[in-house]
Amino acid sequence: MRRLLSDTLILAERNLVRLPRKPELLLAFTVQPIMFVLLFRYVFGGAIRTGGLAYVEYLIPGMVVQSIAFGGFVTALGLNEDVHKGLVDRFRSLPMARAAVLAGRTLADVVTNFLSIWVLVLTGLVIGFSFNAPASHVVAGVALLLLIGFAFSWVFALVGLVASTPESANSVGFIAIFPLTFISSAFVPVASMPAALRAFADVNPFTIFVDAMRSLWIGTPAGNYVWGAVAWALAIMLVFAPLAVARYRRATGS
Amino acid sequence: MARAAQISADPSAGAAGPAIAVRGVAKSFGSVRALDGVDLDVATGTVLGLLGPNGAGKTTLVRVLTTLLEPDSGTATVAGLDVVRDAGALRHRIGLAGQYAAVDEDLTGMENLTMVGRLYGAARSDARRRAAELLERFDLVDAGDRVTSTYSGGMRRRLDLAAALVARPRVVFLDEPTTGLDPRSRIALWETIEGLVADGATVLLTTQYLDEADRLADSITVIDHGRVIAQGTADELKDRVGGERLEVTLEREDDVAAATRALETMVSEEPAVRGRTVGAPVRSRSGAIAEAVRRLTEAGVGVDDIDLRRPTLDDVFLALTGHAAEERREDDAADGIEPPATRGRRGRARRGRGG
Repeated sequence: MRRLLSDTLILAERNLVRLPRKPELLLAFTVQPIMFVLLFRYVFGGAIRTGGLAYVEYLIPGMVVQSIAFGGFVTALGLNEDVHKGLVDRFRSLPMARAAVLAGRTLADVVTNFLSIWVLVLTGLVIGFSFNAPASHVVAGVALLLLIGFAFSWVFALVGLVASTPESANSVGFIAIFPLTFISSAFVPVASMPAALRAFADVNPFTIFVDAMRSLWIGTPAGNYVWGAVAWALAIMLVFAPLAVARYRRATGS
Repeated sequence: MARAAQISADPSAGAAGPAIAVRGVAKSFGSVRALDGVDLDVATGTVLGLLGPNGAGKTTLVRVLTTLLEPDSGTATVAGLDVVRDAGALRHRIGLAGQYAAVDEDLTGMENLTMVGRLYGAARSDARRRAAELLERFDLVDAGDRVTSTYSGGMRRRLDLAAALVARPRVVFLDEPTTGLDPRSRIALWETIEGLVADGATVLLTTQYLDEADRLADSITVIDHGRVIAQGTADELKDRVGGERLEVTLEREDDVAAATRALETMVSEEPAVRGRTVGAPVRSRSGAIAEAVRRLTEAGVGVDDIDLRRPTLDDVFLALTGHAAEERREDDAADGIEPPATRGRRGRARRGRGG
């Protein structure tokens, strides 16, 4: 266990050290979310009715959940590269904890996710978003986001191991997760959707994640959303982490 | 956790007995038998050259011996440790440098080697010290603080090899270490490998370059279709192929049949044909060239070049496996997978990773 932890930290450090040397990845964390926030706020925002809430208040929790769910794409790309460039062979020939190669990735994602939460929140504050909740709830919201991001990193870890190229890893992640985030309460009220979509959106974990974030950050009624969100995040992790580790063990084995 | 102590291998342990012992190892991928009962011994402190056409099973064998792949049956020990049962302990004793340089392109040389050292369990400062030593030894000191994506192919191979040596392994596996390198970098890498052996390491080297095996290997094992088909020193293998060989390069490939007929009675076996080159062992060395030229002239066959020489490992390889050693190695280097033999009678279905 100690070995898993120390090897994980070594590899997380590796992944973070190389990050600033990949400017295109840094752009994905910073410029891309800012661009989305601005597009939604100013292009769609005027057309979307969100009850008594200003659209910017409605939007930021949804946007931050969407971008956190995608934070793990770095893991998918990075692992895919490691498998195909033979680095995974090197790691597997070393006396190190096997799961550390994956955990080092997903742990590094937590750091980059934290960065992108900051970027989004700051952008939101500039264009009129404000927290309407006690500081403890705001902090709890950040913690929940990091948990959600960590859970999705394991999904992306599996995608990265299974995909044949970094490009396909990228598009599989995109095609699978992008619609999920849209058919939810992230950007528009679920009530405005056609009945079939609405039925899906109501049970979509993204709706639960986003509603939980709204209750923590802007004080909308909480219901069971927060605990529901925690449960969903843990469930996703409990399913995908073992799948990814199992896949890694035989990643280069056959 | 006593991992830190093991970064320097104990030189006294396991000195007796072979460094590598393989008994009846088999491994299949689906319906393809990549290894079909391989037996092999490598004496401590020697270099074994493992030769074979693409897809013969060389990489699969290396993967089994480096604990990356479990054999379906058979046993193998490396440095006295079983590759399956003692895999964890064995990983402290071996170094692996792959077909393609497995270094992180976004880290510097120093960062790469330090990371590997720490993953062996060394403290950061010890790992850095060892990394500095290796950069010095592999002539990478100036490049040590540069990101490795800026390295040349030769520099990356050297760094890859350095990474394999971080923990001072007793047994080193080199899977086509010089594939794709320019001649100067190859020779430099050969000298490094020779230095490694002089320091007492045991090396198993797979290669498609027979001159590489000729120069580095104390003994050679040829495998094909997952089976050992010949074993011995380079000289022993050359003797098996026979005496002096006549090699005639024709002006026109169309004349191959005529040339073969003309030379029939002066050679001791069916000539091997490669493109417009016809080669075969001669019955008698004296006057062979003059006699060959006379016969070919009479047959109306134009000769571009003619030579009489001792058999090379290429001839051995051709005689044993039915085809030349260096095929499609560009593809090989590109995706790190041994493609199937594509030429002639030995063509087979693609067997995917590891071959």
